[in-house]
Amino acid sequence: MSQEDVLAGLAAIVNEVAGIPAESVQMEKSFVDDLDVDSLSMVEVVMACEDKFGVTIPDTEVKNLNTVADAVNYITANK
Amino acid sequence: MSRTVVVTGLGATTPLGGDVASTWESLLAARSGVRLLHEPFYANLPVRIAATAAVDPSEVLEKHEIRRMDRSQQLALIASREAWADAGAPEVDPERLGVAVATGVGGAISLMEQYDILKERGPSRVSPMTVPMLMPNGPAAVVGLELGAMAGVHTPVSACASGAEAIGYGAEMIRTGRADIVVCGGTEGCIHPLTLASFAAMRALSSRHEDPTAASRPFDANRDGFVMAEGAALVVLESEEHAKARGAKIYAIYGGQGLAADAHHIAQPEPEGRGVMLAMNRALKDADLSTSDIFHINAHATSTPAGDVAEAKAIRTVLGADADHAPVTAVKSVAGHLLGGAGSLAAIASILALKHRIVPPVANLDNLAEGVDIDIVTGTPRALPAGDIAAISNSFGFGGHDVVLAFRNA
Repeated sequence: MSQEDVLAGLAAIVNEVAGIPAESVQMEKSFVDDLDVDSLSMVEVVMACEDKFGVTIPDTEVKNLNTVADAVNYITANK
Repeated sequence: MSRTVVVTGLGATTPLGGDVASTWESLLAARSGVRLLHEPFYANLPVRIAATAAVDPSEVLEKHEIRRMDRSQQLALIASREAWADAGAPEVDPERLGVAVATGVGGAISLMEQYDILKERGPSRVSPMTVPMLMPNGPAAVVGLELGAMAGVHTPVSACASGAEAIGYGAEMIRTGRADIVVCGGTEGCIHPLTLASFAAMRALSSRHEDPTAASRPFDANRDGFVMAEGAALVVLESEEHAKARGAKIYAIYGGQGLAADAHHIAQPEPEGRGVMLAMNRALKDADLSTSDIFHINAHATSTPAGDVAEAKAIRTVLGADADHAPVTAVKSVAGHLLGGAGSLAAIASILALKHRIVPPVANLDNLAEGVDIDIVTGTPRALPAGDIAAISNSFGFGGHDVVLAFRNA
């Protein structure tokens, strides 16, 4: 799965969980500061990513996922 | 310090309609919102009758809103948006804006859904929104967050009297000077096989499957229990001073509340209606009304064998001969029983009856139950007289809670 595919899948999840338009979910965006994804929504995003991409994202990693790029890169590297 | 409280906004989403106007229209037309639950989810239950929301929240709210909220919270949010807009979206200091939204059951459906997920997929898949969705103060919190209310956000819980108690609580916030505006009322969204089976186990529900729209029949000789319903009904209460200063339309004047408890049984009403009478008399006193001022009563009347007659007797005893000029209605005959939302739906019906001077009829009342000696409106709506009139709205709940609200015409 390419980075573009992961980004598109992640954007769909963020849209579903937090109501953010999928096109706003771009690599440089910060989940908290730019996309207004709160800590509870972030847990939901992580759970949905684990299901969708077949990865495991431990809590210790979640705190490093500040931007969309962080998440896309982690998922691409670990799936 | 005690200030006059007025009603400046109404919002509802009920089995009768997705807003106040359609709900009121159905009440006047005695058009039932009760249906057979034909979905496979409800198969094999002893009772498969309920009054589901006329407009499903998923038709109104965004997908992510649905996802984050229990059904009771979704319904409350929809009603609060209508009520707030109806009040003219008033400019108010957030520290002077309060919320009191009650529920009888809370987020039971969300709790059960997450328990299924826990069993089937393990703890890592339990939603982080589980606690916010199941907590009984969740609907109040959702409405409070939506409006930015900082005067206080509250959740009185008294089973099927909760929605009325929330209105009384909200009015006290204004009377005592804690707030200028309070959005208050009740919500419920807990129709589920387990809740149906639980109420059925108490023998509290009608099982008239052959004719669901005739199942809820308050004061009728052949009533056999209530019909579970869902929905939310909220009002905007405001200090008269604040409402007049901004030129708000005023539906009615909040008169007062009467609170009491039966001290009798966890679920059975006290047969003499002593707690009911105590609450009615206290409401009259709090509202500075006498029985001669009462020209309408919205009865709790759920269509259970025990409750309706005890209430009718209490009304006759408290009002005496004045009950002859106080036509009675029972909205549960068409709306079903909204549990935590019932008291505030009854309040909205009472407020609209005073505003439009018309009382909706009770449906399905074919043969008056023995011992009922009050003037119940049947068939077509009944006009109320001109001049100064008042109405009272009764709400009672499992646990023996008695809550009576009084309103006066504006």
